[in-house]
Amino acid sequence: MSYQLKFRHGVHPPDLKELTGSIRIRRVPFPDEVILPLRQHTGKPAKVIVRPGDRVERGDKIGEADGYISAPVHASATGVVRDIDLWPHPDGSYATAVRITVERFSAQAPRPRIIPDWRGLTPEQLVRAVQDAGVVGLGGAAFPTHVKLTPPKDQPIDVLVINGCECEPYLTTDHRTMAEYPDRVHLGIRIMMRCLGVERAMIGIEKNKPDAIAAIEAARPRDLDISVHPLTVKYPQGAEKMLIKSLLDREVPSGKLPMHVGAVVQNVASVATIAEVFETGLPLIERIVTVTGHGVMEPANLIVPVGMKTRDLLDACGGLTPDAKEVVFGGPMMGAAVADLDAPVLKGTTGVVVLTESDCRPVATYPCIRCGHCVDACPVYLNPQLLGNLAMVERYEDMEANRLADCMLCGCCSYTCPSNIPLSQLFQASKLALRKQKAVA
Amino acid sequence: MTTPRLLIAASPHISGRDSTPTIMWSVVGSLVPVIAIATYYFGPSVLLVLVGATAGALVTERIFGRRGAIGDGSATITGLLLGLSLPAGLPVWMAFVGGAFAIAFGKLIFGGLGQNIFNPALLGRAFLQAAFPVALTTWPIAPQSWWQFRGDNLALPFASPRVVDALTGATPLGLMKFEQTPTGLWDLMIGATGGSLGETSGIVILLAGAYLALRKHLNWRIPASIFLTVALFAALLHTIDGARYAGAMAMLFSGGLMLGAVYMATDMVTSPVTNAGCWIFGVGIGLLVVVIRYWGGLAEGVMYAILLMNAMVPFINRATQPRPFGARTKRLEPS
Repeated sequence: MSYQLKFRHGVHPPDLKELTGSIRIRRVPFPDEVILPLRQHTGKPAKVIVRPGDRVERGDKIGEADGYISAPVHASATGVVRDIDLWPHPDGSYATAVRITVERFSAQAPRPRIIPDWRGLTPEQLVRAVQDAGVVGLGGAAFPTHVKLTPPKDQPIDVLVINGCECEPYLTTDHRTMAEYPDRVHLGIRIMMRCLGVERAMIGIEKNKPDAIAAIEAARPRDLDISVHPLTVKYPQGAEKMLIKSLLDREVPSGKLPMHVGAVVQNVASVATIAEVFETGLPLIERIVTVTGHGVMEPANLIVPVGMKTRDLLDACGGLTPDAKEVVFGGPMMGAAVADLDAPVLKGTTGVVVLTESDCRPVATYPCIRCGHCVDACPVYLNPQLLGNLAMVERYEDMEANRLADCMLCGCCSYTCPSNIPLSQLFQASKLALRKQKAVA
Repeated sequence: MTTPRLLIAASPHISGRDSTPTIMWSVVGSLVPVIAIATYYFGPSVLLVLVGATAGALVTERIFGRRGAIGDGSATITGLLLGLSLPAGLPVWMAFVGGAFAIAFGKLIFGGLGQNIFNPALLGRAFLQAAFPVALTTWPIAPQSWWQFRGDNLALPFASPRVVDALTGATPLGLMKFEQTPTGLWDLMIGATGGSLGETSGIVILLAGAYLALRKHLNWRIPASIFLTVALFAALLHTIDGARYAGAMAMLFSGGLMLGAVYMATDMVTSPVTNAGCWIFGVGIGLLVVVIRYWGGLAEGVMYAILLMNAMVPFINRATQPRPFGARTKRLEPS
């Protein structure tokens, strides 16, 4: 490794992964009902293809991809469609969801199906199979994987970057996936490399997961150019642009995608899911979720059917402690607080973190003292101090001129701000306001 | 499971350990040894002057400031730093007026914490120096007993100073500038010299500054660049004319340079937000300090050097905007 495996700036929140880092993944019992929103991915929501009263089996398709940047949705449990209506979504809104009453005493065995041998498939057929299985990025953004696997023909890709950083505090899903299913991860990488036609793959893992690094390194196939890179523990190491900077020392230009510097980035959990599609023939209907935080009785890493309600999931972990204060979907840096415990686990839900009063960000804010800590923290070298001042007086065009679009809402500025100014929230609101202004104009 | 009352907040849901009040109060705490050493050298007068300046600052903040603003600790820092920049024999009422001016015209008039352009403590001192030039440059030397007040601490407001029999002495910089008499380096470092309260023990201030820098409560680049610039510039001049210009170490440890570089130039509000800007800011202060000390009308130039560079901060900030990630060219902020 001739280059420094680092990106500049960033913050060092306490990682708190010891709560679940060494707990083996186990399967959670099926709940009484599952709620499957049709909008679980970036892009257009799926189109529903079942009707109330229909009986569906585990793995059956219930929603069809609507367009290219979309993904199908499958039933995660055998049961009867109870209704199709608006239901609380983890993002705080209500979204159309298929509500399935799970059949009691069902073996939850999927229909017998033909599992294609991936070795005999062309790249196009492989991508097609991934698309039909509803695979999306499991790292949080839930971007449909088949789109990533088919970069434009005129865009050369020379390396596949596998993201095992898991830089968000608390979360250990990727960590446990790598430690317990290294062969599956490597099979997924092999299939992805074949789809993309690349010769080289690099796996970036933060150094705080030595067992995962060891397992992945031990399972590394010798016939492919796959390298494992332990990385500095720093948030947001797992952000695509930071990871590419660390591993390849390439900077993704403003407003561009990783493929513009010849890289495709995929998270390890998604890679393992791709392998699972060709191992079991099942679509993406369950995922590994870390349920953790000081506000939950028994933190755990669980295989959870997509659509399980937060309430049921927390109950399976012994429930909340009396001082539980905030339930967050995803990590505490970029995750969203859920308003309603009926909101279901989605394909992109990496974890459920329950924070207690003392973990939460305080409410009191102070005036900006221009300490410059945010400027020092911003991984994409923006000036959050200036942007924050502009946001407060609603000078959105000036914010745009100062590259608000580059902000990925990683939250480093808000995290480090001693005056507790909600900078990333201001930026998110400003991005929305700008979009609205443009739509009107 | 019953639904508890949940908090719904925007991400990030956790925050770093430092808050603005913790930073401010840790600065206040780091001043305790500085105050202690000043008290050791100048006796109980130190506490009188400090209490006067701080009371002036706090009363003004309480009357005109934001509700609860005293709790953030910034007015206490202003008062203490102003007090430390004053001579021990200053009448307490003058210190009080200085503290009140510092907060009212140095900070609140701009809109309170975070909005001011100039360091409030230095602005208060500049005001006092303009209003009471004699009192501000009278440096009483040690009386017979440690317990005795120095100078005119208890003079009544606007009464002409009592004629005191206390002897006065000159500061090392004054001696050097006007009488070409150097002071021993060791005396300068431990602070056994005349001068303002906080102009004495450079070593104690450096240790306090190191503590603050380690906790990231001050940007080490500012004092580092000031020290480097002053040392290099002074060393250069010293090699040219050793009799007229003092050496680098003497320049570093005399006068208010330590207090100014560690505590006043690093005031977060009035220093640049970028690290590159902090280097420029510090180099500018260092150059101005040496220029004023040697070729200006005053023996000491730290105060005006910092105030002048404070005024440059918006320009420095604009010129040192970070290079956007993945962009080839620099982008400047709009006006």
